[in-house]
Amino acid sequence: MPELGNYAAEVLSAYAISLLLLAGIVALSLRRGRRVKRELQEVERDHG
Amino acid sequence: MSIWEYANPKKFIATTTPLIPWAFGLAGAAIVGALIWGFFFTPDDYRQGSTVKIIYLHVPSAMMAINAWVMMLVASLIWLIRRHHVSALAARAAAPVGITMTLMALVTGAIWGQPMWGTFWAWDPRLTSFLILFLFYLGYVALWEAIEDPDTAADLTSVLCIVGSVFAVLSRYAVLFWNQGLHQGASLSLDAEENVADVFYFPLLLSIAGFVLLFIALVLYRTQTEIRVRRMRALLARSRRAGTREARA
Repeated sequence: MPELGNYAAEVLSAYAISLLLLAGIVALSLRRGRRVKRELQEVERDHG
Repeated sequence: MSIWEYANPKKFIATTTPLIPWAFGLAGAAIVGALIWGFFFTPDDYRQGSTVKIIYLHVPSAMMAINAWVMMLVASLIWLIRRHHVSALAARAAAPVGITMTLMALVTGAIWGQPMWGTFWAWDPRLTSFLILFLFYLGYVALWEAIEDPDTAADLTSVLCIVGSVFAVLSRYAVLFWNQGLHQGASLSLDAEENVADVFYFPLLLSIAGFVLLFIALVLYRTQTEIRVRRMRALLARSRRAGTREARA
C-alpha cells in the first residue's frame, strides 16, 4: 500500500466509488442483456 | 461493402457478438493495469500530494462523459437523416454509460476539489456545464422511457441530444471561453508544456484507452439488448394483432 499521507481518505474514497460505479454499470448491463435474451427466446418459441 | 449494411439488426448482432468479449477483456486489462500502475507505482505530485492518483479516474471518466454524448449526437443525426433503427438504439444504449461516466467525473472531481480548492463544489463554468450535461443525460433517458412509440421516442430524444450538445461542448471548452473558474485547463494537450509529467501521462493514457474500450464494449452489448427488446415488442404486437383478427372472424 503506498503512503497516501493526509489525503488517504480522499484518494481511497474516489477509487472505491469509481470502481463501484464501473462494476455497477457492467453488472446491470450484463444482467439485463441475459434476461432480455432469455425472454426473446421464449417469445420467439411461443409467437415467432 | 457499405457501412450501412451494419444498420441491419441481424448483421449488427452477428458482427459484434465475437468482438464484445475481446472488448470487455481488453478494457478490463487496461483499466486494472492502469489503476495498479497509477496507484502503486507513481510518485506523489509536488503540489497535489497523493490526490494526483485521482487523475486516472477523473480525466478518463470526464472525457468519456463528453465523448459518449458526441457519439449519441452522431447516432441521433443518422437516425434523423437516414432512419436506421440501430443508430437510434445505439444512442439509447450509450446514455446510461454516459450517465455513469458523468457521475463518476462529478464525484471524483468533488473529492479531488475539496483538499485542493477548499470546497467540494463551485459554480465554475466547467463544473456547472458538466452538471447540466448530467441533467441532460437524465432527461434523455427519462424521455425514452416516457414515450411508448419507439420511433417518436427516437425522434424526440434525437432533438434533445442536439440541444444538449451545447453543454457537451461547453463542458470541454468552458475553461477557454471563461477564464475565471477554479478548474484548470486540459490535462492532456498537444502543447507539451500544458501536459502532465510523463510519469503520470503514460498510466493516464492506458486508463483512457481502457475507458474507451469499456465504453465500446458496453455500447455494443447494450445495443444488442435494445435490438432484442425491439424485436420482442414487434413479435408480441404482431401476435396481439393476429389474435384480434381471429376474435373478429
